Amino acid sequence: MIAKLFVNYEETASVILFCIGFSTMLLHKNLVKKIIGMDIMDTAVYLFLASQGYIKGRVAPIVVNGVQSVEAYINPIPAGLVLTGIVVSVSVSALMLALCVRLYYRYHTLDLDKIIALAGKEEV
Amino acid sequence: MHFVQNFPFFCILLTLMGSVVSSVLKAKHAQRVTLFLIGAVLAMNVSVMIYTLQTGESYVYMMGHFPAPWGNEIRAGVLETVSMTVFLLVILFSFLGGMRRGEQELEQTKYNIFCILIDLTMLSLLALVYTNDLFTAYVFIEINTLAAAGLVMMRQNGRSLVAGVRYMMMNLLGSSLFLIGIVILYTVTGHLLMENIHDSVEQLAATGLYHVPLTVVVGLMSVGLAMKSALFPFEKWLPPAYSNATPTGSALLSSIVSKGYIFLLIKVYVRVIGFDVIQSLGICDVLFLFGAVGMIAGSLNAVRAKTTRMMVAYSSVAQIGYIFCALGLGTRAGVLCALWHTLAHSATKSMLFISSSELDRSSGYTDHLRTRLRGAFYRSPGASLAFALGAANLVGIPLLSVFITKVSMAQAAIEVGGRHMIIALLCLAVSTVLNAIYFLGSAMSIFTPDRTQAAVRVRMDRWTAVGIAGFIVMNLALGLFAQPIFGALGEAIVRFA
Repeated sequence: MIAKLFVNYEETASVILFCIGFSTMLLHKNLVKKIIGMDIMDTAVYLFLASQGYIKGRVAPIVVNGVQSVEAYINPIPAGLVLTGIVVSVSVSALMLALCVRLYYRYHTLDLDKIIALAGKEEV
Repeated sequence: MHFVQNFPFFCILLTLMGSVVSSVLKAKHAQRVTLFLIGAVLAMNVSVMIYTLQTGESYVYMMGHFPAPWGNEIRAGVLETVSMTVFLLVILFSFLGGMRRGEQELEQTKYNIFCILIDLTMLSLLALVYTNDLFTAYVFIEINTLAAAGLVMMRQNGRSLVAGVRYMMMNLLGSSLFLIGIVILYTVTGHLLMENIHDSVEQLAATGLYHVPLTVVVGLMSVGLAMKSALFPFEKWLPPAYSNATPTGSALLSSIVSKGYIFLLIKVYVRVIGFDVIQSLGICDVLFLFGAVGMIAGSLNAVRAKTTRMMVAYSSVAQIGYIFCALGLGTRAGVLCALWHTLAHSATKSMLFISSSELDRSSGYTDHLRTRLRGAFYRSPGASLAFALGAANLVGIPLLSVFITKVSMAQAAIEVGGRHMIIALLCLAVSTVLNAIYFLGSAMSIFTPDRTQAAVRVRMDRWTAVGIAGFIVMNLALGLFAQPIFGALGEAIVRFA
């Protein structure tokens, strides 16, 4: 069991990272820390996906010394998916951070519990 | 290939271009662009629906002249086109019904952003309904989340911003779980196209070696989409989000955004994983249980709600419970019932949000308290009739669409038998009684004259009247013509697999 974890170290690392991100997002009250947790979580998924496309000893599917056999290249699809995922993730982080700024200007705190309590006292 | 087969792709492209154009337009022009987009997409979608109903076949449309994964695919059949037509009608009436309130509540300089968010919501729904590729579905899930978060926060007061944060946190967690599900599915099958995955999953399931990975995949995808569609116990974000948005925003969030995710989950169950495999994994039982508890918990919270919008919002939790409970039965009849309720609830809930906001306006108060509904019929008869119709529908009065849901769900549960039957029938009965307590109570209050103040008729603007009239006709049509629509969807589900 332990040996398998070391052999598949990319997958192991991504699971550990995901758990760190997940717990940071859920347990921290600070909005910026929550966003960092969310980004770590997303990165863990991308690491997992990227590692699935990599095959040891093979190269990226870019023609350098003429077209070689299919066995010479790695699977490029996961890399493409990771790039798309990163674009989505960046957009989400940007929106969340912009929202943090708005909330901080309004309530002068980043503690989500305090913000919820203060907003609850406002008129509808 | 017939020209009409290009229309789903044109719809997606046109909506995308429209939202880009709106970003540089002033409020009035952006509003016209959005109205044009909804009208054009609806017309094209109806054409495709007629085509698929006439041929009775679905077709796959390859985009970019390359087969997937280099290019991309969409699939259009009776199920997709009929569902999309209902959703587009809901978008049209919600936009018209809440247009004037939106203009009053939002900053003039931000109104074009509101229109862009509606365009993007429509775009993502089109993609979620028509896509044949799981990763594309994920990308549009995220676009849907961002657009919906914008709709939640559009009023820009403290409560709506906080509701937006809570909405984003829960929904992004759901998206991440769904993405992990896709990634694991890709690693075990090597495909992203739904049909290819389905073939591979069937082969893997036959070997019996991949039971655990498939269970994890279905579990992650189900939990991810359940979180995003606010299934109990993941529903905490829903009431503040729905009750703090603009009327159009609330209507779209309850009827379009959450329903898009449910439609995708049905797609995953029927087209990607396949029924036989789903039944062998045991995930359906979990969904069934959460759905059943959600039916009761949502209704109990709605009974306790003090404001009309909170009551309608908590009622959504109960109705989503119905959908997941039916889906959790794990039979074709259960899925058909879930799909029907997705459409029926979409049409009804948006009508309730639009009409309740009009009733609030006519009361002259801004606190949205349920007690303000008293005597509303004498101030705003049109909105009152719409609210009463929606309330009667959700209670399950015969000749209306939700009655069909309740009957078909009971039939599907009896077909399954055992504990599922007892739990489903019991929850149906209790939930219907609770629905009657809060909805019929409110409806009766609307028609009871308010003796504390003289009833002054409040004039409804033209566009709100058009929106509400459209909703009334649509809901009556869904109820009165339920049999042919239900039958067509039933046949389509068989071909959907």
